Amino acid sequence: MLKLKCPACGVEAEETEFAAGGEAHLKRFGPGSDDRDFTDYLFGRKNPRGVHFERWRHAFGCGKWFHAARCTATLEVFGTYSARTTEPPADIVAAIKARRPGWEGFK
Amino acid sequence: MTRLASGGLLIDLSETRSFTFNGQRYTAQAGDTLASALLANGQKLVGRSFKYHRPRGIMASGAEEPNALVNMGEGARFEPNQRTTTTEVFDGLMARSQNHWPTLDFDIGAINNRLPRFFPAGFYYKTFMKPRWAWKHLFEPVIRQSAGLGAVPTDPDADHYEYFYAYVDILIVGGGMAGIAAALEAGRAGAKVLLMEQTPHLGGRALVDGVEIDGQAAVDWIEAAKAELETMENVTIRTRMMGSGVFDHSYAMGYERLTDHAPETAGPRHRLWRIRAKRILTATGALERPLAFAGNDLPGVMLASAVRDYATLYGVAAGRRIVVVTNNDDAYRTAITLKQAGLEVPLILDARPQASGSLPEQARALGIRVETGKGIATVKGYKTVKAVGICDQADTGTVLETIPCDIVAMSGGWSPVVHLWSHCGGKLDWNADNAMFAPDPTRPPLGDDGLGFVLSAGTASGELHATAALQNAVQAARQAVEETGFAPVPDTPPMATAPTEEPMQPVWSMPAKAPYKLRAKSWLDFQNDVKVSDIRLAAQEGYESVEHTKRYTTIGMATDQGKLSNVNGLAVLADALNAPIPQVGTTTFRPPYTPISLGAIAGEARGKLFKPTRKSPMDAWHDSNGAVWEPVADWRRPYTYLRDDETVQQAVTREILNTRGGVSMLDASTLGKILVKGPDAAKFLDLIYTNMMSSLKPGKCRYGLMCNENGFLFDDGVVARLSEDTFLCHTTSGGSDRVHAWMEEWLQTEWWDFKVYTANLTEQYAQIAVVGPKARKVLEALGGMDVSSDALPFMGFAEGTLAGIKARAFRISFSGELSYEIAVPAAQGQAFWDKIAAAGAEFGIMPYGTEALHVMRAEKGFIMIGDETDGTVIPQDLNLGWAVSKKKTDFIGKRAMERPFLQRDDRKQLVGLLTENPADVLPDGAHAVEGGKNRYGQENMIGHVTSTYFSPTLGHSIAMALIKGGAGRMGEVLTFPCEGKVIRATVVDPVFYDKEGERQNV
Repeated sequence: MLKLKCPACGVEAEETEFAAGGEAHLKRFGPGSDDRDFTDYLFGRKNPRGVHFERWRHAFGCGKWFHAARCTATLEVFGTYSARTTEPPADIVAAIKARRPGWEGFK
Repeated sequence: MTRLASGGLLIDLSETRSFTFNGQRYTAQAGDTLASALLANGQKLVGRSFKYHRPRGIMASGAEEPNALVNMGEGARFEPNQRTTTTEVFDGLMARSQNHWPTLDFDIGAINNRLPRFFPAGFYYKTFMKPRWAWKHLFEPVIRQSAGLGAVPTDPDADHYEYFYAYVDILIVGGGMAGIAAALEAGRAGAKVLLMEQTPHLGGRALVDGVEIDGQAAVDWIEAAKAELETMENVTIRTRMMGSGVFDHSYAMGYERLTDHAPETAGPRHRLWRIRAKRILTATGALERPLAFAGNDLPGVMLASAVRDYATLYGVAAGRRIVVVTNNDDAYRTAITLKQAGLEVPLILDARPQASGSLPEQARALGIRVETGKGIATVKGYKTVKAVGICDQADTGTVLETIPCDIVAMSGGWSPVVHLWSHCGGKLDWNADNAMFAPDPTRPPLGDDGLGFVLSAGTASGELHATAALQNAVQAARQAVEETGFAPVPDTPPMATAPTEEPMQPVWSMPAKAPYKLRAKSWLDFQNDVKVSDIRLAAQEGYESVEHTKRYTTIGMATDQGKLSNVNGLAVLADALNAPIPQVGTTTFRPPYTPISLGAIAGEARGKLFKPTRKSPMDAWHDSNGAVWEPVADWRRPYTYLRDDETVQQAVTREILNTRGGVSMLDASTLGKILVKGPDAAKFLDLIYTNMMSSLKPGKCRYGLMCNENGFLFDDGVVARLSEDTFLCHTTSGGSDRVHAWMEEWLQTEWWDFKVYTANLTEQYAQIAVVGPKARKVLEALGGMDVSSDALPFMGFAEGTLAGIKARAFRISFSGELSYEIAVPAAQGQAFWDKIAAAGAEFGIMPYGTEALHVMRAEKGFIMIGDETDGTVIPQDLNLGWAVSKKKTDFIGKRAMERPFLQRDDRKQLVGLLTENPADVLPDGAHAVEGGKNRYGQENMIGHVTSTYFSPTLGHSIAMALIKGGAGRMGEVLTFPCEGKVIRATVVDPVFYDKEGERQNV
């Protein structure tokens, strides 16, 4: 059972207090977008072995969505951060690079 | 009686206990386990084996016991497969042996033992294949009857169980000397420590192995340590608590058995501890391995350490004449202990070419005959050991000499208990010196910080000698103390001393060149009846992976999870494959370490506490007025209200006719109510709903649809614009939480620049629908706000008071009748309900339930989320294209609806159905066929019934269905093959009643 810290209310809590929400930093494609972009937005998801960015909701707590940077292989959590961003903030990127020097970076 | 006069460390000779085994009464001493008590009473035969029904006895003295499982208790306290070795005897204990018929002594099923060639490895996959019918009707029932262990309980469990949550710095699993020493280190340093031990007492193997610690006998040192630990407020010690599993991010589970040893004690029987620890120390010790020789499963063949445990801890002589067979020095301790207790030890067979360590020398000095390079070829006897035939270990099993005996104490070496280390990904190394897998400290399970969170301590690390084990435990404890932010106390660590031991020598088959005849009687997995010959057969048939071999032969898959068999089994497999053992590897260790009760897993979540029921404010009234309950999502709602001798069908019909012809009332409080407020509320709802909500005028209502990004409809409801920046969104009863979360998700993760708040007000209001041609008269009788058609027209709402209660009345209708849905504060719901009932009495008002609601909405062709939708339906499929805005540039689902397959004409579309015989009601979900077969030989199906009722209003059956190209099939007659008959129905408009909507708009 994972342990995560909600960046909105500051509580560190059990996985059962949260709800997982899939890959983070998806760009929404709406009316007028081409089929390729729209298909990727709906169905195309990364499934890396290693560094991954995920959406979580503090469902049985403050109710806020947030993002987590996590290693899918070791379950190491590099950090959690606000969902109100389109890419991982600098401190999260630095934390990942400190632990995974060979990481290719967010893209 | 075979109780030794010397007594045992754990028993009290002055206090007796009385118990029964197979109905016969026996006496035990206080402190006995069921196993030690049975042995003390000379009961060696305890059960029959799984497949061959071979006589089986007690083999071990702890949780690893594979054979001696019993049915315990009776009635609501009955429990099968309880290990006698971990069951403490109490007065009145009732145990019965398992898996035999008619009796333990005479078991018909033992015929299987004569037919082992019919039950080879993988026999399920190979035999009884034909004829096909015979599997279901003959083979399977017969095998099911004869295989298996305990009986299934028939009564609900009378006990109760609970969870307990604990947060500690250091969790120590195992209360032997390693765990105790670690707890002292961590406790003195100030860390919050939880020490758990699965048995009722601390001390572990140090008590029986002649270990001295700091010059004291282990038992004294442990007593003193325990006393010190008990003075520390930061240390908690729990006995009878098993460390059952280790999970991600240093989460651990403990299984505490509170009253198994004293069933009359008040309180929960088991407690499941859910623990977060910063560091976990596994001081779980090691388990002795059996040796694989022919007849090693007979009652009387036991682990050498267990024979020693019974003598030292319980003062029980398992037998009078004991032959020890070993490949290591440790088993000599057993011979020495027994000899010193005055029992006969005619022979120690040591498979090694020589035995010159201090323990063998001590045994020889006691006059015990030691034969090196020898092993056991056969064990004589059937229900108990009578003699052993000895042979050269290097040979094929030629019997050199037969030695009479009643117990064989065997030792094939030791395996550290690595389960908890491995549960969450800790890796193992093969230790060739001791022929065992041990934790690799450089590859521990990793926590959320990327650091190892499990440390093995003591023997569990692979340090088999007491001195090194204790040093290892102290070192592990100090590391854990530092890693959890405390400073180790600079004290002198305890020092353990014990005789030195010479290296063991791996023996995977005894004798080394055992022919098939011996291999076929050499057991590896005693509980699942897997022998050396089975593993070799699997290898011969091409099974190379240890995981596949496990499943094919079932080795390690019984309730003991192969605690005694895994290493021996994979060594035999490695030998058969001619591969090194570490290359073959181990199977995966999975929690729980030993079986835990289902009751403990359920905890308090049982009966009414399994899942909370949501109740409306008028729930008690419904319950005392004939409500037949129906679960609706987490709610319970009245399906109908029964009167007198009515059937449910009659009650529903009465409620419908009363509504259509007069006036009725409905508790609609479960409807979701979500307030959406802010300067951007209208803009936001334009994106959430398929229709335009920004054009809705304050004071007006509009029916709206919500789709997901795939364009599929998932919720609907009426939106009321309370003011310029405030909307109240009604959702389905089951959808309120989901819709609220959906709105929040978009606001928080996509449109976080919108100035909008949402609040789920579902439970803040009681909502009552007053429905029927006389509805307005009832409201006028209540007195208060103007409810005339001018002041409150259809699809409008008004705020004011009714019968003196603050109310908001919506002119909306789900029945097609004149209808007001009135929301009042939840706390006044019952009062308001009573006032409506009183004011409506003269108009014949009565409550109606969900079934009448469903029938009336179907008569009107209104859809129900979950009936007409299934997650693949778009609004256009349901003739709701009018509610999908063409003006808006964007809404959730708009882009998806542009996809070609959502625009095809032959999608399944909603139609109405009229059956040829008006009395025939189509079954829910019935499929329409159009003739011909598909490539699988099935009927070609073109759609299915989504809602179907008998309409009392119209006097005939009505149905709605999603039919391929339905819009173009009006007037077509469809065929529905139903159970026993074929129903034919004509495709019609799904609005069956009052197509113009005149009744609701008055």
